[in-house]
Amino acid sequence: MVKKHWYIVVALMVVASILMAACQATPTAAPATSEKPSGKLEIFSWWTAGGEAEGLNAIMAVYKGLYPDVEIVNATVAGGAGTNAKAVLATRLQGGNPPDSFQVHAGLEVEKYSPSQYLVPLDDMLDPAVYPADLLAMLKYEDHYWSIPVNIHRSNVLWYNKTVLKDAGIEAPQTMDEFMAALETLKGKGYIPITMGTKEGWEGAHVFEGFLLSFLGPDDYIGLWKGTTAWSDPRVTSALEAFKKMMTYVNTDNAALTWDGAAQYLTTNKAAFLIMGDWAAGWFASQNFTDFGWAATPGTGGQFVALSDSFALPKGAPNETAAKAWLQVAGSKAGQEAFNPKKGSICARTDCDDAAFQAVPATYDYLHATAAEWKTDRIVPSIVHGAATIESWATAFKDTISLFVSSGDVAKTQTSLGQLCVDAGVCK
Amino acid sequence: MHLNQKYRLYSILLIAPSVLAILVFVYGFIAFTGVASFINWTKMKIDFTFVGFNNYIRLFQTERFLIDLRNTLTFTVLFLLITIVIGLLLAILVDQNIKGESLFRNIFLFPMAFSFIVTGVVWRWLLAPGNEITGALGVNLIFEKIGLGFLANGWYTDPRIGIRAVVIAAVWQYAGYIMALYLAGIRGIPVEIVEAARVDGASEINVYRHIILPLVRPITLSAVIILGHISLKIFDLVVSMTGPGTGFSTDVPAFFMYDTTFRGNRFAEGSAIAIILLLLVAILVVPYLINSSKVEVER
Repeated sequence: MVKKHWYIVVALMVVASILMAACQATPTAAPATSEKPSGKLEIFSWWTAGGEAEGLNAIMAVYKGLYPDVEIVNATVAGGAGTNAKAVLATRLQGGNPPDSFQVHAGLEVEKYSPSQYLVPLDDMLDPAVYPADLLAMLKYEDHYWSIPVNIHRSNVLWYNKTVLKDAGIEAPQTMDEFMAALETLKGKGYIPITMGTKEGWEGAHVFEGFLLSFLGPDDYIGLWKGTTAWSDPRVTSALEAFKKMMTYVNTDNAALTWDGAAQYLTTNKAAFLIMGDWAAGWFASQNFTDFGWAATPGTGGQFVALSDSFALPKGAPNETAAKAWLQVAGSKAGQEAFNPKKGSICARTDCDDAAFQAVPATYDYLHATAAEWKTDRIVPSIVHGAATIESWATAFKDTISLFVSSGDVAKTQTSLGQLCVDAGVCK
Repeated sequence: MHLNQKYRLYSILLIAPSVLAILVFVYGFIAFTGVASFINWTKMKIDFTFVGFNNYIRLFQTERFLIDLRNTLTFTVLFLLITIVIGLLLAILVDQNIKGESLFRNIFLFPMAFSFIVTGVVWRWLLAPGNEITGALGVNLIFEKIGLGFLANGWYTDPRIGIRAVVIAAVWQYAGYIMALYLAGIRGIPVEIVEAARVDGASEINVYRHIILPLVRPITLSAVIILGHISLKIFDLVVSMTGPGTGFSTDVPAFFMYDTTFRGNRFAEGSAIAIILLLLVAILVVPYLINSSKVEVER
């Protein structure tokens, strides 16, 4: 008898604890009525590494200086191009548990978040006068601005190790033919001609978007995503062929490495080239590596494949007052001047001072040159980084290129790419 | 009588919360996933337009999914076979009344204590192939140093090996556990039977072949069920060790499900993958459940 009672007590305790856990209400911050923001502010991003994290800390420091009463919660989820962060975020938004503000690539990527349902339009917080028209066009979706841009990155950059290139006796290549010749020379010299990490699955597609632009030119490249250029175009075939050829010069262990792991071959004078967005500049700086040079991805000189990180305000943000103040800082000159030199990107605003960038000598040369090109180059949206198309298409595009890396089947890949356009409802 | 009724009420009351919770959080969500796999839910906002089997049809036209199914089959067959064989061998070895038995038992069982994430990261480093410039790394370096350089290969980075490299890590983690299962089984065999066989002049090999192995057969069945459902649902090991791999050579349906659902926002297709996985596990588990309930009835 005593034994049975004991069981009942234990069982009741279990039941009680389940009920307690179930009843634990989600903490809701009291709506801040005062003008001065206070409480907690959760900022969600995928900036966890090197220069990116330093940049984020710098802009948070600016915020902290203005609003000392706010405690910033830096919620980051690691993973290049935000692949993992976006997955976590999707769940949180649907579950009604949004962060106060989150990072999103400027462009059609915002479609993923069904903005009219989940986001607050920020038309009154974005001053169109201080942003370039190309960027504003990228940001607008369903006639509203849904996020505040903090920076501009360039995707089509060919990085090289100066010492290695000098040793091999070659100049930075401008055209695709020169590039292929250079790769062959480097291979003969015993270097890894071009280093690449493909572990996360987006890196191959990142390189390939530069190749597409190289063969199609800006108008037809954009046309691919609007349905005005056919995916069966012979120039797409050429881009695939060139990409396939380039892959034969890549380090054989690329599948084991992330992009920064692969970039280590470049910083240690083992590899010559790396095609990666210009966040690589910030990463090089964080590794104290200064012996790098850069050029546009072969055949894309005078064109700027752009992507922009921005911050959005979800509906039902727990601390909206503090979040709006954060967006104000993110869009401000001071905020962007603190953030960008460390992140290794240029300001989204057009009025940042060059002096702010001189403060970080490691990336200054690159950013100074790029800021100038941003003003003169033709701006083209990036695919892989959310600017050119909706996320589901971009994801399927990445998968297709990832398959192509191993299959090398040009005809089949081109057919699949065309099918993706149909699936997205853009092509017929 | 009165007392019995009281106890009956108690038991119903006590069991009710967990039954309710399972109904809602397991079967309810399975039903919801089932519904979701037949609608046109391709954005964050849910869209209940019925599309029939379109999501399934699309999946079976997606090359990545077909590769994943093949990978799962390869993984499951190799993982089950190798783990059970090694587990059984270890159990037989440990059972030989050796000195320091508990030490060996613990060493073999120890990998079980790690999560798949840790195992994945460690084996990613161990099986990192290195390249022309860095020279061999990890296991390849060991091969080279002991003069077996011809065995060095690209491991999980080589699409021809792909998922088989992941099997190595999974086997390492679970072989000890299967050993423990078999050891318990072997120890549970009455000594008299084994002794009787020996007295009758059976050789050691025959003792194992005709006495011990037939008696541990139920253990093999449990092992197949336990390992089988792990291998069909495998996700964390692949994510931390290799990612989807070159041309999806190490990709698995669970990982594709995660990608499709949360990265690609195609919630409906993700649900379809989930349902297919559920069916696969059911094919493996349901016969076992039917079998074991029959045994219970017989008792």
